[in-house]
Amino acid sequence: MSTFAFTDEQLQLRESVRRYLTDHATVSRTRELMGDSDGFDRQSFQGLFNELGIGGVHLPEEYGGAGLSYVELCVVLEEMGRALYPSPYLSSNVLAANALLLTGTTEQKAELLPLIASGARLATVALYEDSNRSDVANIEQIVVGGSFTGTKSFVLDATVAECFVVVAREGSDRHNAPRFWLADSNDPGIKCSATESIDSTRRIGSVSFDNVSVERLGEAERDLTRFDKFVDLASVALANEMVGGAQWLLESSVEYANSRVQFGRPISSMQAIKHKCADLLLEIELAKSGAYRAAQAVADDDPALPVYANIAKAAANDAYMKSAADAIQIHGGIGFTWDNDTHLWFKRAKSSQVLLGTSEIHRDQLLERIDFLEAD
Amino acid sequence: MEWSETAVRDELRSFLEENWDPNAELLDWRNKLVDSGWGMPSWPERWFGRDMPQSLLSVVAEEFARIGAVSVARTGIRLLAAETLLAHGNDAQRERYLRKILTGEETWCQLFSEPGSGSDLAGSTTRAELVGDDWIINGQKVWTTSAHHADFGLLLARHDWDVPKHQGLSYFILDFHQEGVEVHPLKQMNGHASFNQVFFNNAKVSRSDQVGENGDGWQIAMTTLMHERRNAGNIFVEARRRGDFKGSIYEQEAEENKILLEPYTWYPQRAGRVDLVLPRAKATGAIRDPVARQEIAKLMIMSRCAEWTALRARAAQQQGQPQGPEGSLGKLAGSNIARQAATVHTLISGVDAMTAGEESPESGIVAEILLSVPAISIAGGTDEIQRNIISERVLGMQKEPRMDTGPFKDVRKS
Repeated sequence: MSTFAFTDEQLQLRESVRRYLTDHATVSRTRELMGDSDGFDRQSFQGLFNELGIGGVHLPEEYGGAGLSYVELCVVLEEMGRALYPSPYLSSNVLAANALLLTGTTEQKAELLPLIASGARLATVALYEDSNRSDVANIEQIVVGGSFTGTKSFVLDATVAECFVVVAREGSDRHNAPRFWLADSNDPGIKCSATESIDSTRRIGSVSFDNVSVERLGEAERDLTRFDKFVDLASVALANEMVGGAQWLLESSVEYANSRVQFGRPISSMQAIKHKCADLLLEIELAKSGAYRAAQAVADDDPALPVYANIAKAAANDAYMKSAADAIQIHGGIGFTWDNDTHLWFKRAKSSQVLLGTSEIHRDQLLERIDFLEAD
Repeated sequence: MEWSETAVRDELRSFLEENWDPNAELLDWRNKLVDSGWGMPSWPERWFGRDMPQSLLSVVAEEFARIGAVSVARTGIRLLAAETLLAHGNDAQRERYLRKILTGEETWCQLFSEPGSGSDLAGSTTRAELVGDDWIINGQKVWTTSAHHADFGLLLARHDWDVPKHQGLSYFILDFHQEGVEVHPLKQMNGHASFNQVFFNNAKVSRSDQVGENGDGWQIAMTTLMHERRNAGNIFVEARRRGDFKGSIYEQEAEENKILLEPYTWYPQRAGRVDLVLPRAKATGAIRDPVARQEIAKLMIMSRCAEWTALRARAAQQQGQPQGPEGSLGKLAGSNIARQAATVHTLISGVDAMTAGEESPESGIVAEILLSVPAISIAGGTDEIQRNIISERVLGMQKEPRMDTGPFKDVRKS
């Protein structure tokens, strides 16, 4: 998306992911998986790697990736969000892969990234703890002498992960930025338990670590910007996934409004409904622009990325939640039923809204980083 | 002839070298432009143009800007009049009117909106009756920019009340220099009077000044409005500073612009003046207030995302991709941004937001913002009409059932 329009290749990628997910991520299959203990379809997940080759879209080829940019990754994520595809793709192929890519040594990257990119290893990032439920950077837990004890919450796909990237400070260095550490899920000191989420299409869990030996990602010398960059990249990825979901909600609302007849005419002819949809379209298109611009900033290594990440996540939060709430309203009574699909996206909107920062947090941070915006 | 960028540049450069003189009389220079076809290069050769493709106009503009050459008269409504007459006028009308529009000798205004037909423009009730060789006009128009110094007006009026509304309209050129036309300024809530009300009391239009045939009015008005939308961003083009260039012709041009652009001085305030927000928030300390911070950030996010959306639309168009929804959202986004900006300016000003005049924030600019923003969601198509258009044309939603499809005389009016 060099000049702000997707290239033909990017549009083709979007098309092929959409086609694959239309076949393999039907809503009825997603509903079955909502009651499944793993919460995702291993066969269709494996197809992402074997058929589509998107296990490492943005990872360098030497680490088993496709060598494309973050823009292509975000195209994939937008389609997954649109289809509400339940899978550990975000936790493993995006978040854990990003942590490795940003901080790992060449050896660490060479060892793990190809496994993640091929789907042979499921990894996740253990980020949240009691201290940082709203401010993601406020991490208190520490690693002492290569060993970690503590409990991490809201860990995405915790119960299926085979490898954890733990975010914790270094005991001797606790005033500096959090670091990333590797832990193997086979370690006897690790206990995972599923946490009930309102969004059964994205699994979370709690992971307790008792004297677990962990390996530092990267060298010992400090790089304070890595953690912030990891969070920015994560926000951009999630924002792109979210605008896809918002778009699905708008389309389903318009389709319903065109078919639903009350007072002798389709409700889509009523301005109360049309205007709601026009406003949604505007908000979603603006949020897409924010998400796309931020993805481009990652690809370009643009120094303004931090503000673009704030813009993207705040805009996506608001657009997705508004789409979800309005979609239920447009559907009326049927929209509040379990059998109607709208609530599935509503729940994803809610869980995504609070994951990695609410709009209020991102807006506040945006003004702290305002000098970037003005310099831009 | 086939035009290439180099050919355009070469030929235009030699024309400008030979003819451009910053101390020439403005009128003489513009007549030269009209005769040479460099004034409106995309127009047909027969009518003061050079049959050049639109895509090369930016090259022409660059060459003019490079040496500071003044263009033909383009500001205000007159270019809309010129484009409309070029498209729908007959040769006699083109012969009579086009040159003096381009030289700036005659100014024009648009007589479309009425007190009883705003959003519903086709509900016009201004009456046109053919008596002998003249159309006799009775009725009232409103929101007419520049009517107080216009020589002519583009008039939409009804000649037939027995057919459905869109079919009974005709299009005329109305001469303002006559007894049956009265112009009164219309004062707005922000204190400016940028528009006028125009009253017709047995005003006359010669039969030869009807554009098109009876019943063509709506279609021709659509041409005018299309050019209005296309030009919306260009209205200030000629107002740019020419500080780098010296010559008496610029003084004449500035004099012309002073009159023509006067109605538009408050337009930047109408859009909310987002540019003032951060400097004011820092200067007043409001940037540290948690509530103000949230609202300021909302505004920044909205306005950045709207800019990027416009870029996205343009880029997709340049790559030949079909137009997506992002192209139709600018006006609605602009309204939201302006309203949010007014909210933020109020938060930043606090109790000072009740003051006006030189001593008030930003020497009265903030007060003007607060009292001008309500216009942006009305002028040029209300937000509600925009939402109808977006939902029907972009989202494919159904139209509302109409109650105005029969003969216009039977349609309910306010």
